[in-house]
Amino acid sequence: MIDLDKENFESEVLQAEGFVLVDFYSDGCIPCQALTPHIHGFEETYGEKITFASLNITKARRLAIAQKVLGLPVVAIYSGGEKKDELVKDDATPENIEAMIRKYVS
Amino acid sequence: MDRIYDVIILGAGPAGLAAGLYAGRARMDTLIIEKLAPGGQIAITDEIENYPGSIDHETGPSLVSRMAAQAKKFGAVIVSETVLSVELEGAGKVIRCTGGEYRAKTVIVATGVVHKPIGCIGERELTGKGVSYCATCDAAFFEGLEVYVVGGGDAAVEEALYLTRFARSVTLIHRRDQLRAAKSIQQKAFDNEKMHFIWDTVVEELRGDGLLESMILRNVKTGERSEIVADEEDGAFGVFVFVGFEPAGALFEGQLQMKNGYLVTDDDMKTNLPGVFAAGDIRVKSLRQVVTAVADGAIAAVQAERYLEGL
Repeated sequence: MIDLDKENFESEVLQAEGFVLVDFYSDGCIPCQALTPHIHGFEETYGEKITFASLNITKARRLAIAQKVLGLPVVAIYSGGEKKDELVKDDATPENIEAMIRKYVS
Repeated sequence: MDRIYDVIILGAGPAGLAAGLYAGRARMDTLIIEKLAPGGQIAITDEIENYPGSIDHETGPSLVSRMAAQAKKFGAVIVSETVLSVELEGAGKVIRCTGGEYRAKTVIVATGVVHKPIGCIGERELTGKGVSYCATCDAAFFEGLEVYVVGGGDAAVEEALYLTRFARSVTLIHRRDQLRAAKSIQQKAFDNEKMHFIWDTVVEELRGDGLLESMILRNVKTGERSEIVADEEDGAFGVFVFVGFEPAGALFEGQLQMKNGYLVTDDDMKTNLPGVFAAGDIRVKSLRQVVTAVADGAIAAVQAERYLEGL
């Protein structure tokens, strides 16, 4: 799991080759914390085909807003410098996240 | 999964966790099924001031994590699963989840409530894009920005006060000319310099392409409309919605007796089906609080135990 911040988001996500899953979270976001173990589990299963990364928005608020993320949890898939897909709030369930990953790895 | 549990509890909020604690202590084989993580509504509540014994900034997450640990200590197992359908009639109850099927002799329904949306144009599309139902999740985005809170009850005013720690200003929009929240909370809000109020007003439309950009308000007394636009320098603002709750009971339609979507029980938490009980906010009741939810959970577990003894 790559720990993203303001400095490395460009190189690790936007300039990266292949697909990158970004888990946007914050210190106070309880639903985000509940998702974390599931996302780690998906990294074990799909980690060879897709890069897993997470961004704590508390320290990168403007960056998150520029990515049109203004509410948590958000789990998004990036490729070629663009956000291709995302699951926001109630839609960000473990089942939906796995289904989204499968769309890009198969 | 051939195992048959003594009791399956649906939902791990305060009602479900209290039921799990009592069932576990009664040595019942207990499974609690929760969609994501224990907590229910209070997991996203910053401050719990009115639960007896909780003082000094007890937060929802801290209280509920102790409740979950206590239920587990006495043997209750909590699994993270989404329930797809239930079969509650007859002696063998079946709970179908994304990960498989679970069976039990008794079921306690403690699925609680979910936040009600405003129901206005643009709300669904802009959820997570400036529109939020969870202050603790999203407050950090609005550090130094302007925030609006819709509603006038306890949740609206308490969450508005929480947001004043982050936002430049917090404006409460309420459809009446006075708040419904407890007097002690109201006083805190009126005393807070960052708090502002717009009375007799509803949100008619939320606008924005990808992010919330503006909001149309309507005064319910004069019919006058006004528009609130994001400050040019800020580029964004937040709308937090706390206009009430609705029951999470769709799974039980056609099986359990309901009134306006809430489950009907007697004083012993018994529903219309033998061996099926309901506890907490999902019930028809006059006060939906942690303190009444845990009481329901305890009663439901004890009644489930009695039902098992009679089998």
